[in-house]
Amino acid sequence: MEIGLIVLAAMLATLLGWILKQSFNTQPWLAEVVDETANQAPFNARPKLVALTAFLAVVTSFFALILSAYSLRMELGDWIPLTEPQLLWVNTGVLVLASVAFQWTRNIAVREATPRLMPGLLLSGVLTMVFLAGQWIAWQQLNASGQYMTSNPSNAFFFLLTGIHGLHILGGMYVWARATVKAFGGDVDAVRHSVELCTIYWHFLLLVWLVLFGLMLST
Amino acid sequence: MPLAVVLILLVVGSLVFHVLSPWTFTPLASNWGLIDFTIDITFWVTGAVFVAVNLFMAYCVIKFRYKKDAQATYEPENKKLETWLTALTAVGVAAMLTPGLFVWADFVNVPDDAHEVEAVGQQWHWSYRYPGVDGKFGEVDAERISSDNPFGMDPDDPNGQDDVLIMHPEARLPIDKPVKFLLRSKDVLHDFAIAQFRVKMDLVPGMQTFLWLTPTALGRFELLCEELCGIAHHTMRGAVIVEESDDFDAWLAAQPTYSEITAQAAGNAAVGAGQYIVCAACHGQQGEGLAALNAPKLAGQSAWYMKRQLQNYKSGARGAHADDVFGRQMVPMAATLADDAAINNVVAHIQTFPDVPAPATIDGDVENGAKLYNVCAYCHGDQAQGIEAMNAPRAAGMSDWYLARQLQNFKDGIRGSHPTDYYGFQMGFMARVLHDEQAINDLVAYINTL
Amino acid sequence: MGYVAIADRDHEIEHHDPQTFITKYVWSQDHKVIAIQYGVTAIFVGLIALGLSAMMRLQLGFPDSFSFINPENYYQFITMHGMIMVIYLLTALFLGGFGNYLIPLMCGSRDMVFPFLNMLSYWVYLLSVIILIASFFVPGGSTGAGWTLYPPQAILPGTPGVDWGILLMLASLAVFIVAFTMGGLNYVTTVLQARCRGMTLMRMPLSVWGIFIATILGLLAFPALLVSAIMMLLDKTIATSFFMPAISSMGVDPGYTGGSPILFQHLFWFFGHPEVYIVALPAFGIVSDLLSTHARKNIFGYRMMVWAIIAIGGLSFIVWAHHMYVSGMNPYFGFFFATTTLIIAVPTAIKVYNWVLTLWEGNIHLRVPMLFAIAFIFTFIHGGLTGLFLGNVTIDLPLSDTYFVVAHFHMVMGVSPVLVVFGAIYHWWPKITGRMYHEGLGKWHFWMTFLGTYSIYLPMHYLGFAGVPRRYFAMGNTEFLPESAQDLNAWITMSALFVAATQVLFFINVIWSLKKGPKADPNPWDATTLEWQTPDNPPKHGNWGHELPECHRWAYDYSVPGYKDDFIPQNVPASDAAPAGRDHGVEH
Repeated sequence: MEIGLIVLAAMLATLLGWILKQSFNTQPWLAEVVDETANQAPFNARPKLVALTAFLAVVTSFFALILSAYSLRMELGDWIPLTEPQLLWVNTGVLVLASVAFQWTRNIAVREATPRLMPGLLLSGVLTMVFLAGQWIAWQQLNASGQYMTSNPSNAFFFLLTGIHGLHILGGMYVWARATVKAFGGDVDAVRHSVELCTIYWHFLLLVWLVLFGLMLST
Repeated sequence: MPLAVVLILLVVGSLVFHVLSPWTFTPLASNWGLIDFTIDITFWVTGAVFVAVNLFMAYCVIKFRYKKDAQATYEPENKKLETWLTALTAVGVAAMLTPGLFVWADFVNVPDDAHEVEAVGQQWHWSYRYPGVDGKFGEVDAERISSDNPFGMDPDDPNGQDDVLIMHPEARLPIDKPVKFLLRSKDVLHDFAIAQFRVKMDLVPGMQTFLWLTPTALGRFELLCEELCGIAHHTMRGAVIVEESDDFDAWLAAQPTYSEITAQAAGNAAVGAGQYIVCAACHGQQGEGLAALNAPKLAGQSAWYMKRQLQNYKSGARGAHADDVFGRQMVPMAATLADDAAINNVVAHIQTFPDVPAPATIDGDVENGAKLYNVCAYCHGDQAQGIEAMNAPRAAGMSDWYLARQLQNFKDGIRGSHPTDYYGFQMGFMARVLHDEQAINDLVAYINTL
Repeated sequence: MGYVAIADRDHEIEHHDPQTFITKYVWSQDHKVIAIQYGVTAIFVGLIALGLSAMMRLQLGFPDSFSFINPENYYQFITMHGMIMVIYLLTALFLGGFGNYLIPLMCGSRDMVFPFLNMLSYWVYLLSVIILIASFFVPGGSTGAGWTLYPPQAILPGTPGVDWGILLMLASLAVFIVAFTMGGLNYVTTVLQARCRGMTLMRMPLSVWGIFIATILGLLAFPALLVSAIMMLLDKTIATSFFMPAISSMGVDPGYTGGSPILFQHLFWFFGHPEVYIVALPAFGIVSDLLSTHARKNIFGYRMMVWAIIAIGGLSFIVWAHHMYVSGMNPYFGFFFATTTLIIAVPTAIKVYNWVLTLWEGNIHLRVPMLFAIAFIFTFIHGGLTGLFLGNVTIDLPLSDTYFVVAHFHMVMGVSPVLVVFGAIYHWWPKITGRMYHEGLGKWHFWMTFLGTYSIYLPMHYLGFAGVPRRYFAMGNTEFLPESAQDLNAWITMSALFVAATQVLFFINVIWSLKKGPKADPNPWDATTLEWQTPDNPPKHGNWGHELPECHRWAYDYSVPGYKDDFIPQNVPASDAAPAGRDHGVEH
């Protein structure tokens, strides 16, 4: 459980630090001390960004807990390390490219007044689909070589982790699809914010994948 | 005002209840007096807080109840008071925690001179293993567990040959000697708990857990499974009997070792045929049973079950109850079988009989019976075929009038109330779910359809 | 286009008034309607769970007297009772119900920041409830594995509902977690982003604090339950061995190898312990506001209260294994978890002191909500103190898995939060419905509930001392228990049935009030918090009419010296309050 705890502690510490900053040394019953206008700034900022951040915290907790289970389960007697398919290296590269493509699209979206987003959006989406297809093929390769999910707990974790990671990407693809349809319809302004959020989400999932992949390789 | 009075009454009432309650800790029978001591400290500290805070609250409710012209004080906080309260609480908490941790350290560190006993749990029975004269346990493995090898012993492990296997839920311990219980489960979580010993621990399949204690009082102490383990969880009982050292040694020496059990000769049907002549008078030449003589069908019943019942008749675990009219008739008959070998022989002979389903004699609502049977199926199997691992005999195709009578006997405590009829005791619990004769008939009628 | 918060969309207010019945009450995006939907659904399933507990109590009090109770459905009753009460009633009611209702109103915003997501959250929650209820009707019935669903037993044939029941249970939990996450993200974002002008964090009422921190706990802890549910589903359906070791079940080898049942317990309690505080923290917050309002006094030690909530929330993540002292986990963990567990008693005790000190030198109106609030302090002290027994690893040895545990967690997590729930419903009833309840009926309801529940759970602790194990269908004859233990069990059953029956009073009151209740004053308790300052009563969709409120003070300006009224609402500027002399706060 150490992994889960450390990640969680980090998240809670961040939250605590922020709350303390807000509350330390204030004496809320003293009406005069609080500047009535001082707290306008964080308000109405970007609720979707805040919500996404909170959601990423939830997902972090989720993956950290699976990894905790992974590390606990690994120590038991019947664990046989899985040899990951080489294809995963290619997939990793594709996911990195997808992330880069999103960053590029985002930069355009932020910088330009009437941005052309379709090329970037399409590129990011296609790369991501290639990644998902690659993961699927890696599964098939494992199954073909007799490495089923039930053969060994390390296999079970491999399929579970890649599957859940893939599902999260699929969720992102839903938002991507909506944004792409809107951008295709020319409603670029409505898409800008989505592109920004997608970029953050993709970077996050890339990070998660690198951690998962690194962990699975090292064990 | 009534609220304050009620609060005060509840505080006083709780204290009175606490002092007068006959429901309190059982007398201690192990070395774990320190646990009781820690509990006492906790009672004092928490009791003081309970009384003080609640009475203070009641006082506030009276003193500061609404008055039209009164005004509440405005006091956002009082650092000094809050600091004091925090510090005081911390001291109280430390006073409870510190002894707790020291006692836990005792519990975690088993004394070197503790002897070992293995307690094995399964749905819904206990059994035990003693390491034998060499003081070492043989290897066991869940994969090897079968009806012939219920402990999953490794037949090739020399350490295991002299292991003493106790195949019933009653263990024995010598008094005043520290003992480490090694806990192992075959299937699901269980928990080894004896109220008088104070300590308990889960049994976890796939691993070994432990607890240790030194029994300090002679007697028989009931063992309860305290981790939910399925629908018959509440029937998973056992006992630990604490004896003088000499008595314990004599008892242990008389118990079968693993090698003795495996070396036991199989029953000889030919020899058994001779002994069966006595039985045939009532049970019939082919073990088909005779309702007129109150003798149930034997053909087709599992060997392990018939052996156990014959042993029970011999030992008095069955047929000793004053109201068990027909069981009492069986007692002298079982006594004609001199020893376990004789029992094995006669049972082997019975196994050779053709298994013709007994005629149905009982009518009932089969649909209702099917519903009732749901609970039975957990142990006796979907087809009432009997499952040895569950210590549950076959019921389908056997004499239905006998089945009905036994259910009634179990329900009334005529059968299964003897302390060493361990499995009958469990059936007693289950039979009490059947509310009346009609329910029994419905159930039996359903079993007739299987 | 940047996102424009609802709070800023003053010109769009007309869009906030849906016209048809369907959009107004069914597919509503109004947080108040969603709150009521959550509340009604949660109370409905809670009543089912109450009925299940009555069945259990019948068997325990009068064993083998009822032909409709057998070991199979008994274990299904206890499992579903526990699961429903903890998850589908309390979690949903406090966060989905009160959280939804109070956060926007108390923070001075028009709605949750994502009203559509909020609506979706309720409907997904309803779906999880439907799946849960469906599990009663599938072949084999619902699962009887105990609400903790411990493997291996939960997915092996010795347990009821092993075919369909457990699958639906796990599926329902997963769906619930999705619903909760949608709601939770909304609550957090609303608190962080949509507070009105001047509503600094430290001016928020403690109700919002409790709900806010509880939501964060839920968001971080529920994933643990999701992980364990997914892994158990895989173990059950395709025979992986995450949790399942090599075993021999009923003489058959089911083909599992090497898994760890304890791993499940770690994951489960990593969720399960914070879950206790997911229920408790909102109750803490709400009760603080009830006490302060009806005692006409500021909450004592507000800052300490906030920090205590945060400390309890943080600590709740490192105490989980105190549920596992006798689980067979590495016994050395006991030292660590006993210590953290007893440390958590300190901030909790501070909260209790501050509640009681709030009463000190107050001017206490003993109205129905206040009665419930004070009774909560009493039962919570009791439940908290018994927690010190179980948290201390040594004392847990004799007491774990006994009735003492059952009594403890019902006192602390059943009775106490439910008293707050009732107190809160009575307190906010005039705001929610615009009508008053019947004070006399409310008082009767209070007395019977409070005294009845204490009469259930106080004796139950003592059966635990004597060694009666929990989750036993029947005790039978034992040598170590006095025969009177059964009489006491019968008494507990009578009390439980009595309490269950008296809840009718509450529903009579609800119906009476809705039909005949007098129209309520917009601020009948003279409370300071913003929800009582709405232009309409009950507030309309959008809450604030044309102008959002501005917050000028903290939530506890009761009986401020030198002012005419004994309360100053949060939206009253310093200059507008009617001082009878000096300006308030100067001397502090």
